[in-house]
Amino acid sequence: MAQVTAPSPARPVEVELRPAPPVDLGRAARLGLIGGVAMVLVAATGIVGTFQTRLLIDPILPLGLLFLYLLAFAFGWMAGKPPAALEGFAPARANSRNLVAGALAGALGGLCVGVLAALMSTFDLRGVFVQLSPQLLEILTFGLPLGAAIIAIVAISAVAGAIGAGVHLLPIRLKRSLLPALVWVMMFALFTDLVGQLFAGLSAEFLTDFLFTGRGGALTIVGAITVFIVVFVAYWLLGGRETTLRGRIEAMPRGQRTRFSLIAAAVILIILWFVPKVMGPFVSQVLDTAGIYLLMALGLNIVVGYAGMLDLGYVAFFAVGAYTGAILTSPQSPAFTPQLLLIVAIPFVMIAAALAGLMVATPVIRMRGDYLAIVTLGFGEIARILFNSEWLAPIFGGAQGITNIPDLRIGPLQLSTPQDYFYPIFLVVLIAAYVTYALQNSRWGRAWMAMREDESVAEAMGVNVVTAKLSAFVVGAVLASFGGALFGAQIGSVFPHSFDIVVSVTVLVIIIVGGMGSVPGVALGALVLIVLPNLLREFSQYQFLFYGVLLIVMMLTKPEGFIPSKRRAQELHADELSQDAWLDIYGDKPTTDATTTEPPR
Amino acid sequence: MSLLSIESISKAFGGLRAINSLNIEVDQGEIVSVIGPNGAGKTTFFNLVTGMETPDSGNIVFDGHNVVGLRPNQILELGLARTFQNVRLFPTMTVKENVMVGQHCRGKAGLIGAIFKTKSQRSEEARIEARAEEVLSFFGTRLAGYRHDQLAFVLSYANRRRLEIARAMATEPRLLLLDEPTAGMNPRETIELTELIGRLRDEKGYTIVIIEHDMQVVKNVSDRVIVLDHGEKLTEGTYDEVSTNEAVIEAYLGRPSERR
Amino acid sequence: MSEAISVPARPIRSASRVTPVTIFLWGLRIAALAVILYGSYQSISSGRLSGAQWRDLLIFGTSTGSVFALIALGYTMVYGVLRFINFAHGEVFMVGAMMAFYVANGLAATSLWIASPFVSLLIVFIAAMTTSASLAVLLERIAYRPLRNAPRLIPLITSIGASFTIQYLVSGLVGPSTKDFPRMEPLRGTINVAGSLIPTSRVVVIVVTVIVMIALYLFVERTRTGKSMRAVSEDQETAALMGIDVNRTIVTVFAVGGAMAGVAGALWGLVFPSLNYFSGFLPGIKAFTAAVLGGIGNILGAMLGGVSLGVVESIGPSLVLAGYDIPAFSQLKDVVAYAALVMVLIFRPTGILGERLSRDRT
Repeated sequence: MAQVTAPSPARPVEVELRPAPPVDLGRAARLGLIGGVAMVLVAATGIVGTFQTRLLIDPILPLGLLFLYLLAFAFGWMAGKPPAALEGFAPARANSRNLVAGALAGALGGLCVGVLAALMSTFDLRGVFVQLSPQLLEILTFGLPLGAAIIAIVAISAVAGAIGAGVHLLPIRLKRSLLPALVWVMMFALFTDLVGQLFAGLSAEFLTDFLFTGRGGALTIVGAITVFIVVFVAYWLLGGRETTLRGRIEAMPRGQRTRFSLIAAAVILIILWFVPKVMGPFVSQVLDTAGIYLLMALGLNIVVGYAGMLDLGYVAFFAVGAYTGAILTSPQSPAFTPQLLLIVAIPFVMIAAALAGLMVATPVIRMRGDYLAIVTLGFGEIARILFNSEWLAPIFGGAQGITNIPDLRIGPLQLSTPQDYFYPIFLVVLIAAYVTYALQNSRWGRAWMAMREDESVAEAMGVNVVTAKLSAFVVGAVLASFGGALFGAQIGSVFPHSFDIVVSVTVLVIIIVGGMGSVPGVALGALVLIVLPNLLREFSQYQFLFYGVLLIVMMLTKPEGFIPSKRRAQELHADELSQDAWLDIYGDKPTTDATTTEPPR
Repeated sequence: MSLLSIESISKAFGGLRAINSLNIEVDQGEIVSVIGPNGAGKTTFFNLVTGMETPDSGNIVFDGHNVVGLRPNQILELGLARTFQNVRLFPTMTVKENVMVGQHCRGKAGLIGAIFKTKSQRSEEARIEARAEEVLSFFGTRLAGYRHDQLAFVLSYANRRRLEIARAMATEPRLLLLDEPTAGMNPRETIELTELIGRLRDEKGYTIVIIEHDMQVVKNVSDRVIVLDHGEKLTEGTYDEVSTNEAVIEAYLGRPSERR
Repeated sequence: MSEAISVPARPIRSASRVTPVTIFLWGLRIAALAVILYGSYQSISSGRLSGAQWRDLLIFGTSTGSVFALIALGYTMVYGVLRFINFAHGEVFMVGAMMAFYVANGLAATSLWIASPFVSLLIVFIAAMTTSASLAVLLERIAYRPLRNAPRLIPLITSIGASFTIQYLVSGLVGPSTKDFPRMEPLRGTINVAGSLIPTSRVVVIVVTVIVMIALYLFVERTRTGKSMRAVSEDQETAALMGIDVNRTIVTVFAVGGAMAGVAGALWGLVFPSLNYFSGFLPGIKAFTAAVLGGIGNILGAMLGGVSLGVVESIGPSLVLAGYDIPAFSQLKDVVAYAALVMVLIFRPTGILGERLSRDRT
């Protein structure tokens, strides 16, 4: 994304700045119509209806309509955004015209919903669009007669849009306190179970009783206001500080920084130790799933993020791990029942996965990126169909899968509950994260990255691309197979339908949302994308729709992910850093001198 | 015995004969310039020698090994490194990492070593890093200090060229192939680079083959000049012999070279 | 610095020209060939299927393959122009098929369906074509155009996202249930072609495909727009300098590809009368295989590749797999298709007629 930035203060600005162009109302109108289509789709796919049953704040705020009007808010925000500062123009300032733009976008969006409501009340569209039921109409129109309802919808959307645009008018410190406060209220309201469980685990049920309508109930108005005020004040105070935490850590001398990170690691480990105890079985189960996805994501991160090979059949390695583990441990395995302990079986699982990795990687070595993606997808599907087939049922159990996989036992420790499994899963995740990190800064990590950047040059510079590609695939496969083996043991059975292409795509979404090549990013991605849909049961049927939209939106706006790796973040600021002579339009600094005298930036 | 001998290689792309039974000898310690009009097959010649393309016929013998059919990384391992005409760095790796990639083939640490941080892996890693820093220091202050941790695409054009040379040096080559190293540089940088090429031989002991359009550079650095035209060797000799050769003048006539 | 003037010669670590990878690939080739030959020999010599049954499988394969070929056109044309695999193209096809279903369903309730089946079908086709073409153009505008100069994998990932989005949007809008295409009486019979009875619907599929293909071929080869399409696929920048509106040409490519997918969707409804939101995925992958098999970027190749793949997929299981007495070998039909995909990409990525696009180093 090339964006022209304002001249840096080091350069004397001689050019008279022209006033910035005002917000483009035509663009706002277009955004409004796009937003309207999005709102109509949200209603017509049944998201509004499904979410409506969930009260966020008792009794005023149901999730369905909130979601609908959040879209108006978002498009209002986009419409009211002051245009990026251009060279030669004064930086744009937000004013009431921005509010008008936001309101316009919102109103147009609302109008689309109004049209939908009118159509629904005139025709019965359920023959085609199954979700357009009278109940939905009732929700959309607030039970008002059609004319009044349309006016109300447009008005609410316009206000939501204007508020969205109004965000740009807020002073920065207020904005940085207000938005987190709202987000936190949303989180408390959405994850009532999680929060309730947390308070119960900490024996602080009185907080639950105070904030919510009851155990497992919705947030009360008082509760919402309390959360809002607490978070707002906290952020306000933090916002007053000169430096961020990150800046401080980076400013520390080396020894102190090491000590600090050791302490931080210890604290995190202690928190992790208590997580399953506090959270109870349901949340632990969700976290276990997230952990297994995280493990796969770390593996795929090596293949895609480091080595630049888009593997769409990654789930096959997960399946190989699960099936190898199941066959070696379960007494119900059809062909062959050594009934090993999982711990003993793990080396065999690794070997099987490594072989599978070699099998897939060898043929695709000389293949270019997009072809590689499709071939790996083919391999993944072949694996799933074979596991599912009658033909191989004597080995893999066909559609019935393999059941009765014994629980993980380590010495005298017999694991059974989701809480128990939390520990081995996160231990393996930590190991995988370490492995990822160690490899990144090694001879092979550099070879992978060089290959990702320019394969033929990497080869001409001495990188054996055959070995490099094979090793990336093998490491990725082994990590995924660990996940598979643990998954099988924890669930107690493996079925072929668990290894669908959507698993591969989910893992891909995780690393893309988090930030390719970045371990913390991948961790965040797994937490958000796996934990959220599992905790919000209403959400789960729209999970893949959201993943798809998220992929597109991320690629269009933030291809480096939310927590990009350091190099990706620098890439984003390419324009500021670039010293190319021909880009230096001011031309007052010849590059020859600049290269020797310029201080580090 | 010559270090590199090209024995009547040919290469055609479709109907176009890019290289036509070419014979070239390069001796240990020489600096040889390859010149010729655009499309004469100079870069194809480099691609063939480094294994990025395979000749249709003929032999390429480097230091007693016939390298035809070897993969580029195997050829590099023998001690034959190159730079590219249209600078091809690893843009989102740091300057130091770019150079460290050059050391890849001289290391032997495996995945297991990297994961368990074995003693030999750590000492090798330290050696690679030291080697990279040593190579970068060859360019004086140009690629020193804070530049080590900058991403390669941030560099100025001249520095990108220098970094490419540094990356090639890090592979510990015996023969260095430089493809238009001064293209896109200003006169001052060109002079500096010309001196640098001399130092590469004198201090590092590399044999150098260089493709160049700037006749001043060719004159200043080369022991010998080879002229290519239409994939064939037109003539060879010292700069003075070549620059007065009738055939060479004819080949260039009416075709202004890129930057003179 | 370094005082060494002469660098010592170094022993080479791996100077072998024959790598384990090459050996592995040759082994794979030979093994695949052996498996196919032995299986075919077994099943033919067993005489399990009569000549007529083989012929039916062949016709079945050809008609299915025609549909693949029509979808493959979208892949091949977009790849030719943008060098990018539009992963969501299978969904463009599915949406066309959905539209065809709803229009056909609506018409089936009227007298037109019985009275004049030809007009009804025409309406169905036009509706499906328009819908698919619009969707393809919309995708280009929203998802792909902003990424035209991005690294190659980024638009590919976007198209995977688009594929998911469309699938689950359709599932949300019209429900996840499987829809049954209304029967059309005149298509249920058989036609006597050269002494053998062939289902009419299959004949219609093949005939429509041939007509559409010829029309498309003429469009690309003879019209101005077709010429600019070919120019843009050769070199975008030069084409732009020659006064060709590149954006418009690319939109046309998406529209034409989408329209072809729409035709395929409507035809699909005639042959396989059940449909849900996931129906686009497999035909999409198979059509991509067909495009590669024929040589990606090549319109005739798509036709050839589609029909070959259809035939391989319909005859392959009975020919090869049945020879090994594999139980329920029809379950493995898709494995045959995927295996064909993998084998083609590994051993002949240029396809039957294609240029060498798959490995180029740019």
